[in-house]
Amino acid sequence: MKHTKTAAAAAVALLSSVTLVACSSSEDPSASTGPVDTSSCQPAGENVTLEFTTWIPGIEGVVDTWNAANPDIQVKVQTGPNGNGGTYKNFFNQIEAGNAPDLGQIEYDALPNFRVQDGLEDLGGCEEVLAAKDDFVDWTWSQVTLGSESSVYGIPQDQGPMALFYRKDLFEENGIPVPTTWEEYATAAQQVRDAGGYITNFSQSDINQFAGFVWQAGGSWFSTEGDEWSISLDSPESLQVAEYWQGLLDDDLVSTLPAWTDEWNNGYNSGEVWSWVSAVWGANSIASGAPDTSGKWAVAPAPQWTEGGSDAGNWGGSSVAVLKGSDHVYEAAKFALWLNTSDEALTALNEAANIYPATKEGLNLPVLQEGVEFYDGQPIYDVFAEASAQVIPDFTWGPTMTQVYGDVSDGFKNAVSGSGTLSSALEDGNASTIGALEAQSIPVAGE
Amino acid sequence: MSTALESTESKASSHSVKGRSRGPRGPRENVMSRTVAMVIMGAFTLYFLVPIWWLVIAGSKDTGSILTTNPLWFADFQMFQNIGNLFAYRDGVYLEWLRNSALYAGVGGAVATLLAGMCGYALAKYRFRGREMIFNAVLGGVLVPATALALPLFLIFSKVELTNTFWAVFLPSIVSPFGVYLTRIFAASSVSDELLEAARLDGAGEVRTFFTVSIKLMSPALITVFLFQFVTIWNNFFLPLIMLRDESLFPVTFGLYSWNTQLNQIPELRSLVLIGALISIIPLIVAFLSLQKFWRSGLSAGAVK
Repeated sequence: MKHTKTAAAAAVALLSSVTLVACSSSEDPSASTGPVDTSSCQPAGENVTLEFTTWIPGIEGVVDTWNAANPDIQVKVQTGPNGNGGTYKNFFNQIEAGNAPDLGQIEYDALPNFRVQDGLEDLGGCEEVLAAKDDFVDWTWSQVTLGSESSVYGIPQDQGPMALFYRKDLFEENGIPVPTTWEEYATAAQQVRDAGGYITNFSQSDINQFAGFVWQAGGSWFSTEGDEWSISLDSPESLQVAEYWQGLLDDDLVSTLPAWTDEWNNGYNSGEVWSWVSAVWGANSIASGAPDTSGKWAVAPAPQWTEGGSDAGNWGGSSVAVLKGSDHVYEAAKFALWLNTSDEALTALNEAANIYPATKEGLNLPVLQEGVEFYDGQPIYDVFAEASAQVIPDFTWGPTMTQVYGDVSDGFKNAVSGSGTLSSALEDGNASTIGALEAQSIPVAGE
Repeated sequence: MSTALESTESKASSHSVKGRSRGPRGPRENVMSRTVAMVIMGAFTLYFLVPIWWLVIAGSKDTGSILTTNPLWFADFQMFQNIGNLFAYRDGVYLEWLRNSALYAGVGGAVATLLAGMCGYALAKYRFRGREMIFNAVLGGVLVPATALALPLFLIFSKVELTNTFWAVFLPSIVSPFGVYLTRIFAASSVSDELLEAARLDGAGEVRTFFTVSIKLMSPALITVFLFQFVTIWNNFFLPLIMLRDESLFPVTFGLYSWNTQLNQIPELRSLVLIGALISIIPLIVAFLSLQKFWRSGLSAGAVK
């Protein structure tokens, strides 16, 4: 009896101390509003070693350059599978265990998840970070501030502005003009079908590509007001895009090969599929997946919803974030800025892993001005640089994107096999996302 | 399971030998059932071998022709170039992975076998209080999937700052509840009490008896435990995924997986992943083929007694 009493008392004491800690920590951010409070971002004044987890192959060489020039801030690279392949899960486990690396690579669409779970250090207290804002392409910056005025949750690393890859030779041979609007794209789709091909492949699993289409149409799937999330997978823009692709599917004008499989590669390699609206990194996917078609491809701006428009969407891209619990926010931010803004680092990253930089200056790297052999010598990155400037800055990712991708993808697969439509998949996904947020006690507006 | 297969196989072959020696007087073998059995076996053999054949073919091609040529026949044979590229890529990190896997699985499997053997032997041959309870607890361990333990292990190892070290993967690998179970059953039936009594009368201590007498009698079970544990550790993917961040500590399975997740970004890795996968199965094949004969000799050694 006595024992249980003391145990209970201890538990109460423990609990109250926990609440106390919770209170004091939640007061911190409110104190830092107003003029920039740099107390959270002070140099350590001693030599530090930072851990940096990223899955970019060959990044060690770039980091070695930094280490040679900065003996007081040494960076140790750790690697693993890509984010959704396990590294994000590991980050969360490590944050929980208190031994997360100082820096971690996090894709834009995963940042809100880390933010909601309080897994990120706010870099808004670092003057150098705030000063770098204008170096970055505007919309990439809004991807890392997550809608807040004074906070920054990561340094943009790369981006994936979208454009139209198409088989120049086949379009020319068949006298089909390169479509500049989605309407023309649908007309061309019919002509391509008559010529025995498919204009493109509709991917049932690349929901982030579809999000890129919605992004281009001016839609967004999420928005925040204070702590509250609004979910709009079924926004008018979203449904417009869904109905457009549903039309192409219904008329059998697009193929539905499972993306990223041999079958899919073969579709492009054999000339069955003629175009792909994809991100800048897709240039390498085609070159390696369809080697027999070298020299026959070209890149044009993505088709538009309004004639004469120039909107672009984005697919992919990631940031370097400082994970919760790092003792060296200042040094970590300094390194992340160098890694993602300096010419030497961006050039080396591009060489090592085709990283397409997120800075305005980075898009002018000499290596990005050259013609690309696979695209018949066309300087394709010009098109993407233009697209990058036209990406709408308002697109917001949600805190449960893995679930969103999974649910919408299930719906899309059903739609492709004839049960339901893409629109209904988005509507179902909208409902299940609201449920998923509520299950995690994330406040949802209007619920 | 493999031992069971072995023994049915040997039974089957002894049957057919008898049948042949009896000649035409014996009952006619049912051709139908034999053919059906052969067809089914053949189908399964094909089913298991085709993926390996595919891997051999894919490993011999360059990145381009993997996707564009017949996946089941050679196009441009450049397996050795691929192997060279693989071993050279990033200063031979793949070789480091192979070495790590060999250490985790080889040393880990050996230690696990020894521990399981000693434990199973003790549970079978000594009477002490709590014996059945310990055995039941170990048996319960068989039922808990290793995957479910990975996260708790990570949190525990974090407390003692052992994550991202060799020990993070090695230590959990040297426990094998199934091994304890198997060796106990085997020791109970193959190590006779009279033999132990004789050894004790001759003045051998318990430890010496175990290492000189019992371990030999138990060798078929120990080999089985070792093989199982070797394969389990070699294929264990989830634990390294959670524990390790330092590339130089990765086992080969996890390393290849990491590369594979980067294919969208770095498509050139495809040929390296494939040839890497092919090479990584060779140690498993070697382990099985070379340890198989110990099964037979072990079984017969028990029979002669």
